[in-house]
Amino acid sequence: MRKEIRIAGFGGQGVALTGRILGKALAIYDGLETVMTQAYGPEARGGASSVNLVVSDHEIAYPFVQQPDILAALSQEAYTKFRPSVKPSAIIIIEQDLVTPASDDECFAIPATRIAEELGRRIVTNIVMLGFFTALTELTTRHSIEKAIKTTVKEKTIPLNLQAFAAGYEYALSNFQPHLLDTREDTGAAGAGQV
Amino acid sequence: MTYRTVLTGKHFMHGDHACAEGAIAAGCRFFGGYPITPSTEIAERLARRLPEVGGVFIQMEDELGSMAAILGASCGGKRVMTATSGPGLSLMMENLGLGVMLEVPCVVVDVQRGSPSTGLPTMPGQSDVMQARWGSHGDYALVAYSPWSPQEMFDLTVLAFNIADRYRVPVLLMTDEVVGHMVERVIIPPEDQIDHWPRKRPTGRPSGSGNGSFKPFSAEEADLVPPMVHAGEGYRLHFTGLTHDERGYPDMTAETHQRLVTRLVEKINRNADQIIRIDPYYMDDAQIVVVAYGCTARSARRAVRLARERGIPAGLLRLVSLWPFPEQLFNQLAANIETFIVAEMNLGQMALEVERVTKRPVKGVFHAGGEMIAPEPILKAIINNE
Repeated sequence: MRKEIRIAGFGGQGVALTGRILGKALAIYDGLETVMTQAYGPEARGGASSVNLVVSDHEIAYPFVQQPDILAALSQEAYTKFRPSVKPSAIIIIEQDLVTPASDDECFAIPATRIAEELGRRIVTNIVMLGFFTALTELTTRHSIEKAIKTTVKEKTIPLNLQAFAAGYEYALSNFQPHLLDTREDTGAAGAGQV
Repeated sequence: MTYRTVLTGKHFMHGDHACAEGAIAAGCRFFGGYPITPSTEIAERLARRLPEVGGVFIQMEDELGSMAAILGASCGGKRVMTATSGPGLSLMMENLGLGVMLEVPCVVVDVQRGSPSTGLPTMPGQSDVMQARWGSHGDYALVAYSPWSPQEMFDLTVLAFNIADRYRVPVLLMTDEVVGHMVERVIIPPEDQIDHWPRKRPTGRPSGSGNGSFKPFSAEEADLVPPMVHAGEGYRLHFTGLTHDERGYPDMTAETHQRLVTRLVEKINRNADQIIRIDPYYMDDAQIVVVAYGCTARSARRAVRLARERGIPAGLLRLVSLWPFPEQLFNQLAANIETFIVAEMNLGQMALEVERVTKRPVKGVFHAGGEMIAPEPILKAIINNE
């Protein structure tokens, strides 16, 4: 098993923190090999922000994402820029109110910002998204992510973050079928970077 | 509030941060540096962490000052480090030579980016590896390691401090932007399981007002390492970058110069077996040997595995240490192996060493830097040379 994940949005949406929590859950609590890389330099300045994770049950030699199995786009720019790079079988997750996908594109949408605002803080949009991501992909478990949240965010914000995570998680369960990752076996030839 | 010195446990940690934590765990208590991409996160982390553990962090005016500051602090008895990238390493070269000449233990981290000059600040390179060996003027020897993962950023930083102290020599950690900015699992062992090799220290107390016959640069043991006296311990000490005798005083004669410079080089050569680290992969029956280090070794490992899946007897010799070069090992390999492929993110630097020692034409998979060499071109080189 080797899966490539790209989470992208604009600066301030907490994309980097989302990557760190997800990576920690996978690497520490699920015991999987996990590498996270980020774009540095001019392309990372201004609007766009993205994190890339490779997760595998074998060692990961080549650390970069080449063709994502999962793309989570929190902005139109991120969707437009990264949609062409994904595998044909990829799961595309979008922020419903911020991204308008191509008309023939099958995406899994959640109004994460609205849900976060209903919880009182727009700042947890990313964690709502992470809850949605977790339930939908079953790449990691709710338990692992909750542990990663508790050991990553500031102590006084733990309850809010857990609430946000639960809200996104529940939204996925009540609107979509999980197990998506397992049912979507990759049909394309693996690139040389694939382990 | 008490702070933990060693962050024992499993972490999902940034490579540069792992290097900083390796330094703290190894007992580094002084950092003098000047921020430069892609090494800045090391300084950032230490600026926060060193004061927590009773250490000192100084942002110096530039890299010349940084190197000078750490040499001074080391002479005062601390374990010391600085971190930089190519342009900064160039500025450190003069004082690095002073560190070699005065035999001052220190760790210099170079998170390599695309070079020469300002080059590609945010993108990887491996083109400082020859500079690491020869960048300062004169004949000398030092030690360099090349981590390929955040875990090794921790482990090899600890080793670098131990080697620096054991042999009284500057040790370079030649990593790259990919490894420095990568986040991966890092396991930090319990404090009592972290190696700590102390400096060799003089036995006996300073004697008499003139300290009698004590000679701070007298290396009487087989390892050629003189015991190190720290400033303020009562010994009369004199340090000079001029050619000096065993008392540390200038003695500008050809004879003393020959003796001193030869010992400085021999000190490393003679202890090479203790210093060199190699990571072999599928090497037992390999007929095609890929040589790589740092982030490039990750792609090389993948390429070797893919070659093996095709039944090609390839192996990877990962250079965990770059300097001193493992001459003996390559000598032995050259007896049976005809094909050496060197993959590195420069236009052929360590390849020169492989060629020099094996006396065989080396196939290069080179790239000037800016992006990590992928497994594909290395695999292609293996297939083409079968």
